[in-house]
Amino acid sequence: MNPARPVLTAGRVQVLTLLAAWAAWEGLARSGWLYSGVVPSSLLVLRALASQLASGEFYRHLAVTLGEVGVGFAVASLAGVAVGLALGARRVLGAVLDPYVQAIATTPKIVFLPIAMLVFGVGPESKAALGALSGFFPVVISTEAGMRLMSPVHVRVGRSFNLSPRQMVTKIYLPSLVRPIVSGMRLGLGVTVIGVLLGEIKLSNTGLGFLAIEHYNHYRVPEMYALLLVIFALAVAVNALMSRLAGD
Amino acid sequence: MTHDRTLLARLAGLAGLVLGLEALVGGGLVSPWVLAPPTEIARAVPGLLRDEDLPRMVLITLGETLAATTLAAAIGVAAGYLLFVCRPLGRAYEPWLGALFAAPTVLLYPLFLVVFGRSLATIVAMGVVTGAIPIIIKMREGLLGVPRVLLDVGRSFKLTEAALVRKILVPAAAPTIFTGFRLGLIYALVNVVGVEFLIDLGGLGRLVSDLYYRYQIPAMYAVILCIVGVSLVVFRGLGALEARIRTT
Repeated sequence: MNPARPVLTAGRVQVLTLLAAWAAWEGLARSGWLYSGVVPSSLLVLRALASQLASGEFYRHLAVTLGEVGVGFAVASLAGVAVGLALGARRVLGAVLDPYVQAIATTPKIVFLPIAMLVFGVGPESKAALGALSGFFPVVISTEAGMRLMSPVHVRVGRSFNLSPRQMVTKIYLPSLVRPIVSGMRLGLGVTVIGVLLGEIKLSNTGLGFLAIEHYNHYRVPEMYALLLVIFALAVAVNALMSRLAGD
Repeated sequence: MTHDRTLLARLAGLAGLVLGLEALVGGGLVSPWVLAPPTEIARAVPGLLRDEDLPRMVLITLGETLAATTLAAAIGVAAGYLLFVCRPLGRAYEPWLGALFAAPTVLLYPLFLVVFGRSLATIVAMGVVTGAIPIIIKMREGLLGVPRVLLDVGRSFKLTEAALVRKILVPAAAPTIFTGFRLGLIYALVNVVGVEFLIDLGGLGRLVSDLYYRYQIPAMYAVILCIVGVSLVVFRGLGALEARIRTT
């Protein structure tokens, strides 16, 4: 006889939870406990989702956001790896700058948005800059930590072959740093997306973040929820993709 | 490098940075409307203390963060324990929690804005949501990591379930649980300041936004530096507290 299978498998719990959450949402929507429209029926949200995905306007804003994220992430990765290598290779530099890097790394980056807007204006450039600033720190910290953990034997081999600093970077450092750099970039991409979207929400006239807060300002609640769902799904998908690339 | 010399080098680096920034603006290379010279930032501080009640803003932000973290800890400890005791629930929700932890949860703030309106409740709620996730994850992880042997010893002494939790589970899982509290507090702080900035309400984040709109650039820089300082103090304070708890 087969051993009794547990009734509560993880998959069943997940399905039940989703159903319960949906039922609770619908119940709340119909209960009249909250101001009307605060919790719209899921059908309304789905309809709003379909109409947004069918509109050209959505894709125009999506393209702007993706462009900002792309530029911000590229800058964050390149600058982050370069600075991380420098801080890790030169212990003195690391010892001197580490506390400053850590101080800014734990600060909410969104408060630097006004500075980005003073430098780059209120357009997409300042959102890309905020994204770059947000993504920079995880990459720096992960790269520097990777340098610290690198096998000293490899470094000594490189030195004994009299490699130039450039050869040290390309032949010794980077190959053994692939994992920490990729995992830093994964975290970096996540916060770059957040930085860009929050920047758009605060002050902008284009991008998905702007579109979401426009819906809010005009009290188009189902449209706002639908857009938040899309944004959330995109962010989770991007993160899952990076996790797969990083092999975590 | 000795500790004193590192500290000296750090201070020298900071002094060099301050002088460099001053020279950049003084020499006309960068507009003072983009980069406030350090002397101007220092000169803005008395005005901030007098007109903007800066210490009270710090207390408001810290108060919101503390309220959010306390609620997040209560929810996180209970939920984490439940997910530990009820294994199928734990297995079902663990991947979701991981995805949520990496997802841009702060983007859900318009949802709370719709429910609570533009109030401190929205700020605290956002802090609770973002702070509770790492606490739940770490609570469950810590409890799952307690070696079986310890529990068996407890059972062989015929401890009651409550005593087992109090005398064995919690002390053995404490380091991981504390990591959860630390992450929760940092996430709550970052999101509290971020939402303050976004919805122009509350303490330090609101003040940065205000000063930007009023174009008081040196004062704005001073408050941003204050936010960096507050996050550093919170971050370092937690590290010191943790070290002290571990050694006693």
